[in-house]
Amino acid sequence: MKSALFSLVFSILCMAMTAAAAEEVVLGLSKDRISITTNFDGSEILIFGAVKREDAIPDGPPVEVIVTVAGPSMPITVRRKEKRLGIWVNIDAVEVDRAPSFYAVHTSGPLNEVLKDIEDLRHKISVPRAIRSVGAPDNIQDSMSFTEALIRIRENSEIYQLREGSVTVDEQTLFRTAVRLPAALTEGDYATRIFLTRGGDVVSSFETSIDVEKVGLERWLFELSRQQPLIYGLMSLAIAIFAGWAASAVFRFIKA
Amino acid sequence: MQIYLPIAEVSVNAFLLLGLGGIVGVLSGMFGVGGGFLMTPLLFFIGIPPAVAVATEANQIVASSFSGVLAHLKRKTVDLKMGTVLLIGGLVGAALGVVVFNYLKSQGQVDLLVKLCYVVFLGIIGSLMFIESLNAIRKTKSGKPPPRKKHNWIHGLPFKMRFRVSGLYISVIPPLLVGVSVGVLAAIMGVGGGFIMVPAMIYLLGMPTKVVVGTSLFQIIFVTAFTTLLHATTNYTVDIVLAVLLLVGGVIGAQIGTRIGVKMKAEQLRILLALLVLVVCGKLALDLLLQPSELYSIGASGGH
Repeated sequence: MKSALFSLVFSILCMAMTAAAAEEVVLGLSKDRISITTNFDGSEILIFGAVKREDAIPDGPPVEVIVTVAGPSMPITVRRKEKRLGIWVNIDAVEVDRAPSFYAVHTSGPLNEVLKDIEDLRHKISVPRAIRSVGAPDNIQDSMSFTEALIRIRENSEIYQLREGSVTVDEQTLFRTAVRLPAALTEGDYATRIFLTRGGDVVSSFETSIDVEKVGLERWLFELSRQQPLIYGLMSLAIAIFAGWAASAVFRFIKA
Repeated sequence: MQIYLPIAEVSVNAFLLLGLGGIVGVLSGMFGVGGGFLMTPLLFFIGIPPAVAVATEANQIVASSFSGVLAHLKRKTVDLKMGTVLLIGGLVGAALGVVVFNYLKSQGQVDLLVKLCYVVFLGIIGSLMFIESLNAIRKTKSGKPPPRKKHNWIHGLPFKMRFRVSGLYISVIPPLLVGVSVGVLAAIMGVGGGFIMVPAMIYLLGMPTKVVVGTSLFQIIFVTAFTTLLHATTNYTVDIVLAVLLLVGGVIGAQIGTRIGVKMKAEQLRILLALLVLVVCGKLALDLLLQPSELYSIGASGGH
């Protein structure tokens, strides 16, 4: 009897300790490829999945889910206007080394409750952590306000989104959320990460990518403009000249 | 219907672009200007990146001026010799303009330069045209004939050349300089420069009004074509989808505008155009003078 009780306690302890490995994400995406066509008007991706377990649901704080979708990162420059000679002119500039062209964080609860700061630092989950800024030139004291401005501007245009509580979790097992991608989308691999947390600690994570690319006419024109700029320019001119000629011909015909 | 522009990388409503092209086309048909000075700021307002708006607008002007010059060639109202002299100046100017444009783009000041150019030139041209047409209306009311042209300092310069179609015998320096300055503006502002070229030809060079529009259009085709190529090869900012949408609307609008224009008096037309120019200028000036709601802006990094 005593040994039976001991083994039960032991197994519960073991389960708590191995909980990290015991819960895994099984993920589904409504689509893993987004094609930017001529009439592309944004897209919505449904991200859903389940928590796979060998054992029963562990006790303690419930499982929380964080979903992030990040567009390709690129260096950008943030500039600040100041009044000079009566007009507003760009004066100071700060280079941000890496800023995702799109970034969405969806969580199942308030971010500061479902994720500890130390885990955020490790996995770079929240919007400010996803941006890397090495440092500003010496003459700029308040380089933080430049990164804040970057986040503010992009949050206003929904390029960066933090949606707390938008992930629904059923029975600590099934979860789902919908991420809305804006119409002005750049090409590339959109890294999609899922984190399972308990009490603010990340217990499991999963990463996949969504492929966003221009297709058809869009692809062809874009490639041509970069790889054969002279031919592209001449083609633009040929179209313009033809349209000009056609217009005058058509209206001569109407008049006659 | 939303359309994704491959170079601008934004999605815009196709009917909005057709409509904008149409409205600017109507105005350009009424007043005999290219309409670039209206279209480029309008493209800024609807969120097209300034660099793309400027380069694409140059391409659209090629279409509208080619359409116009065909009509003028038939009526023999194009001074090809004068056009060629202006053109030589224009190409030099356009090359200079693109260099200046790229330098300022790397400094993050390109928006400012483009807007300042607009405010200054629209302000000057708008006010001059407004005063001039008010005077013209007053004179026609009092019944006095307009004053005759006089010889001015321009006729004292060397390197004289005979321009048969314009009936002029003047130095090539002033037309070259006019060409250079319009070329620079074409590259920086994404305009054909007709609204500067036409007054310069009438008042500075003393060309007869009937050949001015055709000749101006003739050289604008080449300058804007050159500008388009330079922007396409150095900045990759010509958006062909945007250009096509704008020029379809513009070409149809221009024909409607021409018909409205025929029914109105010249002075009334010029006053309306002057007011329009001043409104656009005022809007852009306010943007520069008032404190913007967002002081920060995001741009691509220098290296890209």
